[in-house]
Amino acid sequence: MSNIQITNKIKALSRITALVAILCLQLAGTRAYASGGQEEGKFNAGEMIVHHISDAHSIHFFGNVSLPLPCIVKTDKGFDFFMSSVFMDEHHEFTKKYTSDATGNTYELHHEKIYVVDPLEQHSENHVEEAIVADTIQLVTDSLAVIQPAEADAHAEGHEEFHGHQVLDFSITKSVFGMMLMLMLVLFLFTRMAKAYEKRKGQAPKGMQNMLEPFVLFIKDEVAIPALGKKRAQKFLPFMLTSFFFIWASNMLGLIPFLGGFNITGTLSITLVLAVFVFILTTINGNAHYWGHIVWPPGVPLAIKFILVPIEFLSIFIKPAVLMIRLTANINAGHIIILAFTSLILIFGEQSVVAGYGVGVFSTLFIVFMFFIELLVAFLQAYVFTLLAALYFGDATQEHHHEEAHH
Amino acid sequence: MDGLLSVSYGTVFWATVAFLVVAFLLKKMAWGPILKSLEERSQGIENALNEAERARQEMSKLQAGNEQLLREARDERDRILVEAKALKDSIVSEARSKATEESTRIIEAARVEIDNQKKAAITELKNQVASLSVDIAEKLTREKLSDSEKQKALNESLIAEIRSN
Repeated sequence: MSNIQITNKIKALSRITALVAILCLQLAGTRAYASGGQEEGKFNAGEMIVHHISDAHSIHFFGNVSLPLPCIVKTDKGFDFFMSSVFMDEHHEFTKKYTSDATGNTYELHHEKIYVVDPLEQHSENHVEEAIVADTIQLVTDSLAVIQPAEADAHAEGHEEFHGHQVLDFSITKSVFGMMLMLMLVLFLFTRMAKAYEKRKGQAPKGMQNMLEPFVLFIKDEVAIPALGKKRAQKFLPFMLTSFFFIWASNMLGLIPFLGGFNITGTLSITLVLAVFVFILTTINGNAHYWGHIVWPPGVPLAIKFILVPIEFLSIFIKPAVLMIRLTANINAGHIIILAFTSLILIFGEQSVVAGYGVGVFSTLFIVFMFFIELLVAFLQAYVFTLLAALYFGDATQEHHHEEAHH
Repeated sequence: MDGLLSVSYGTVFWATVAFLVVAFLLKKMAWGPILKSLEERSQGIENALNEAERARQEMSKLQAGNEQLLREARDERDRILVEAKALKDSIVSEARSKATEESTRIIEAARVEIDNQKKAAITELKNQVASLSVDIAEKLTREKLSDSEKQKALNESLIAEIRSN
């Protein structure tokens, strides 16, 4: 009896501690966010939010502490490899230019994108005596930039004038790094789990194996088998389990404060890859029955077929695209809400300190609430992605017995 | 917002490579063995459950057999008891009847003996009485015959006595 009471007390205490910890992290996080988003003295909420959910070339922890990441870029002159720390100036801002020895290109980081500085401009910088000529050329380039949207983009966005074009960037960015980290974590956990099954053959699961097993069984018995049936599930289960655990782990990593603010599943390039895998698996495994329904829907009048076939054909691409958009949008939405409520504190704080603290209390409470929702969403989105992928696979590999229902 | 919704070739490239490599490794090193073990275990559990059910049925069958055996044994005992009782009764009654018969026989023999003895005793007594009476009569007669009168009276009384006999 007393044991239970003590356990309950400990539970309650740990809950309170966790809550206080989250509050503290939030308040501290607010300061970190502020330092990241502030430019020209005035706080810009939109810029700060986009900055925090966008991919980056370094992992920013707090204040001046950040981890540089390797940059791999390709230009006409070949590949260049360097760390993103080459851009860092004495104020720990990424404003410095970097000239590569291998290719002679000069690179610049602008809004987390690497640009190669045009040789023409570099030329004008190096030789002051030709400045007038360079100015003329610059004027021409400026006017050209209005016509050429690719260069105009870079121009219009910048706070300072600069001329350059984007390079083919194969850098290990924050999201790529985070993705590799999470894939490694999943690989590590599940190879260990597999070893545990071999070592403890025929025994009850224990430890990590016991913790992960319900989730594996959940995907197997509640997602794969209902959608695909026992036999076909075997074929798609490895992909489904990998995507489920990768997405879940990535979503969770994005929720940990002070860990670089990863936004892996909120990066469109990464969800695109996942969606493309679903598309490829659906397409190459689609049987005659599946394609038959697309190119010649049975039991439909001829006139309707002309409308239906293009829709069916488009749906092949729309289905995986929806997976991609849903995942990215959900994860970003959560981050944006949390960041927006953080910004609210700063916006009111700029008006008056009292208002800042007043709003801070409510914002923080709401952010805590949002964090719990996000924990749920992290799992839910991984589940939804896997479930829908399973349904698409099931649709593509469905056997003929359903055809009778159409006639 | 263009940083958010744009697709970077480099990220796509690395994501594809990383995912493919890890998915392949996981399939070979993790999902294969894990799913196999899970399948084996669920099969094992199912087998064990079936086995237990079978054992339970066997047990109940055995129990039913035991009960049957017990009942039979009880019946047998009852039967034997009844038989023994009957046997005892019959033995007792036989013994009793035999004893009765024997005692009757002995009593009968005793009575016959008693009768015989009695007859013998009576005969002897009669003989003795007869001889005594003859003696007495002789003495009396001798006295009576001394007087004719008395002789006569005696004759008459004797005749009367014989006649009354």
